[in-house]
Amino acid sequence: MKRIAGMLLVVLTVAGVLWADSALSITGAGATFPYPMYSKWFDEYHKKNSNLEINYQSIGSGGGIKQVTEGTVDFGATDGPMNDDQLKAYQDKHGFGILHFPTVLGADVPAYNIPGVTAELNFTQDAIAGIFLGKITKWNDPAIAGPNKGVNLPANDIVVVHRSEGSGTTYIWTDYLSKVSEEWKTKVGKGASVNWPVGLGAKGNESVAGTIKNTPDSFGYVELIYAIQNNMPYGRVRNSSGVFVKADLASVTAAAAGAAKSMPDDFRVSITDAPGKTAYPISSFTWLLVPAKFSDATKRDAIKGFVKWMLADGQNYTEALSYAKLPKEVVAKELKALNNVQ
Amino acid sequence: MSLRLRWRKFVSGFMLTMTGVCALVAVSVLFLILGYLAIHGGASVNWNFFTKLPVPVGETGGGMANAILGSAKMLLLATLFGVPIGFFGAIYLAEFSGSTTAFFVRYAADLLNGVPSIVIGIFAYSLVVHPFRQYSTLAGGFALGLMMIPITLRSTEEFLRGVPNPLREAAMALGASKWKTIATVIVPAAYRGILTAILLAFARVAGETAPLLFTALGNQFWSPGWTHPTASLPVMIYTYALAPYDDWHRQAWAAGLVLLVLILVINIVARAILSRGIAVPRS
Amino acid sequence: MAITTTIVPTAGPVAGSRSFLSRLREGDEIARMITFLFAASVVLVTVLLVFELWQGSVLARHKFGFNFFHTSVWDPIFEQFGALPFIYGTLVTAAVALLIAVPLGIGAAIFLAELAPARVSDTLEFFIDLLAAVPSVIYGVLGVFIIVPLMRQYVHPALKHSLGFLPLFQGPAYGVGFLTAGIVLAIMVIPYIISVSREVLLSVPRDQREAALSLGATRWESTWKVVVPFARAGIFGSIFLALARALGETMAVTMVIGNTPTISASLLSPGYSIAAVIANEFTEATGELHTQSLIELGLVLFILTFLLNGFARLLIVATSKRGSGARA
Repeated sequence: MKRIAGMLLVVLTVAGVLWADSALSITGAGATFPYPMYSKWFDEYHKKNSNLEINYQSIGSGGGIKQVTEGTVDFGATDGPMNDDQLKAYQDKHGFGILHFPTVLGADVPAYNIPGVTAELNFTQDAIAGIFLGKITKWNDPAIAGPNKGVNLPANDIVVVHRSEGSGTTYIWTDYLSKVSEEWKTKVGKGASVNWPVGLGAKGNESVAGTIKNTPDSFGYVELIYAIQNNMPYGRVRNSSGVFVKADLASVTAAAAGAAKSMPDDFRVSITDAPGKTAYPISSFTWLLVPAKFSDATKRDAIKGFVKWMLADGQNYTEALSYAKLPKEVVAKELKALNNVQ
Repeated sequence: MSLRLRWRKFVSGFMLTMTGVCALVAVSVLFLILGYLAIHGGASVNWNFFTKLPVPVGETGGGMANAILGSAKMLLLATLFGVPIGFFGAIYLAEFSGSTTAFFVRYAADLLNGVPSIVIGIFAYSLVVHPFRQYSTLAGGFALGLMMIPITLRSTEEFLRGVPNPLREAAMALGASKWKTIATVIVPAAYRGILTAILLAFARVAGETAPLLFTALGNQFWSPGWTHPTASLPVMIYTYALAPYDDWHRQAWAAGLVLLVLILVINIVARAILSRGIAVPRS
Repeated sequence: MAITTTIVPTAGPVAGSRSFLSRLREGDEIARMITFLFAASVVLVTVLLVFELWQGSVLARHKFGFNFFHTSVWDPIFEQFGALPFIYGTLVTAAVALLIAVPLGIGAAIFLAELAPARVSDTLEFFIDLLAAVPSVIYGVLGVFIIVPLMRQYVHPALKHSLGFLPLFQGPAYGVGFLTAGIVLAIMVIPYIISVSREVLLSVPRDQREAALSLGATRWESTWKVVVPFARAGIFGSIFLALARALGETMAVTMVIGNTPTISASLLSPGYSIAAVIANEFTEATGELHTQSLIELGLVLFILTFLLNGFARLLIVATSKRGSGARA
């Protein structure tokens, strides 16, 4: 009996100590596309504000939208903007709306692992759509080999890798494919998770990159930084002007140039297949999803404080991780929109 | 010896040898697992692993201190929640209940024991996470505790039943009330067995991952108190192993080694407690 | 307390014959009620679990009805949910697992129960028990880093080369897929088969063996034709137990099955299982119908494992009764 009482005492003391920790903890969840950026930001922001911990879990954009709608996390994050039905569902459930705040620009890149091939491959719209529709199955198919003269492509089967869960990276990829391939648009469509015609599923950008890296003859799409961090080769993509463009800061920024000037008030905009000779065609904004109303004022102020920091100092961290900075017009517009968070 | 007899002897010898090979293969898997983990994880288990927080994605270094504490907190909750229910429920079954009630309770416990861990996750999500709108240590502890109940209940009951009846009768004959008999005679007599059962239940849930995915979620910082999402060792192993970063793979191996050693040690201790006591009943 | 106990003995030592009041005074009734509450909570929790699964999937069950089980489109955008690929993947991986685990497990159990000296048998059984305690996620890690590369580099190409004419071994060598998941599952369930089968084999009465041997049977013949058939029901029980465990296994399978809802005759093809799709999609299913379909999958899994576990227990109990009955 004494032993049990003693144990309970220890337990309660430990509990008390842990409880007394006064750090404010905020939870967000969603997109894996900007995860390297966000985890860096939240780490840096925590170093500057030691009593604030913003915990971000990269469960996928679909998860971000779902969990913020359910109210189980304080904010969400997504690379595919919420559609009108989802916005309405949120409004109906909570009695107030949810706001999109663009944070950075990123790009989906076609990454591959072909033993013996180190060249940067060129991909046409038809080649990418064909591979993902399951119509192009060998690496030496003329549709791939055509624009890659001089590269010795093997006659091996292409192992297609895609995301297994609802993902903004997928949204951007399928949004792009729907714009460049009529067949994709009617057969599969765009969305955070789709009914894939072919391929292997892997969870998160992290594990798509991991799978491509581990699987010879594989082909898949990941956010640019995942390809760079892992030294994975990725190809150029032909844009709407017929130029093969490699994803980098300049080409992604170029893709956003048009949208920056005509940004809608709710920031929901697609910049895939954007016009412009230097524009990389599979680029996108990525958004934080912040509820328009908070019942907890400290949480609200903490999140607003973070967004302000992110739009100013935070933008200086982006290029080291290969995300493009937000255009100035967009930043100004967001600062104004931040006042709508109450 | 006739040819036929020789043939039969040969078949006998051959098949018996094969069964030995089967046993050898099965057991060697354990040592293969330990070996791989030791080789890949051993070099990565260092002081940082136990004391540092994870670093931002893609950077090298850091540790899993928060996950270790998170796991410990959830296991503590699980034990506080699962063990009393299993223990007192078992006392009821072994000492008080009629056969109909006992049938239902045992049936329910066996049912619960067979529920796949991912389904326990769904249940804990809809019962704890969804209504309170919060992923939390509490929800994770609840899910794990749920899994501890049937294991504790069924084995504790077996051990209580294993206590010889004369002991009970002797205590009652001396005038002790029934609960007094249970508290001072029966439970102490089955003490080793019950402790073993609890330890085994603890070890079983310590490595559970699936129920935590929808309940504890994860956290790259310390998780203050009990009502915030928390990192845990098994979930970290899962996410780190699937990520593309070599440094994360290294840490996943290290975490796997730490987790496995912990679980095996608890198992060995549990069995050692019993070794000179009563035989382990199997459910 | 002392006072009460001096009065009670006249009523005799058997609890049932004491009056309710005296039992109440001594705390027996209170203890009974308190422990009853704990026991009842076990039933309550279980009922609640079934209720939540049933209630949580009501929309999906009404919308898709029986179609849920035999259509194979899983399309969150158009809200069409058919579970066939997941059910198929779950069954195929479990079947592969049993195909490997049953002969190995039973062989090892025979060795432990019939051949090995008690000391060796107990030591090996101890290791087997430890093996059963290795968590799923660790099998997953070993699967991803050790087994998948082995399968991709050696096993898949070899199978395609030698047995490639069979529809079972077609398609590119991904490394992940039904076969890999089945092998990992096999490793995971072998300890269960060994432990339980060894136990039932040991419960076969000694005289059965002696009778066979005295009739001139070789050791193997007495084991295979007398002892094993005697314990047959219990061995089947251990197999069902292993099957139930294989069906519900989540983490290790998720990590090596390939996560693609395909129905393919080829074991080399990537697939998906019920538990894996729940693990991957539950936190992010945006539509109500999507969530409900996942919960319905949970319900299916629950019912499957419930039936198998129940059946297994019946068989095991029947065998041990038979053993102890014959001994008596």
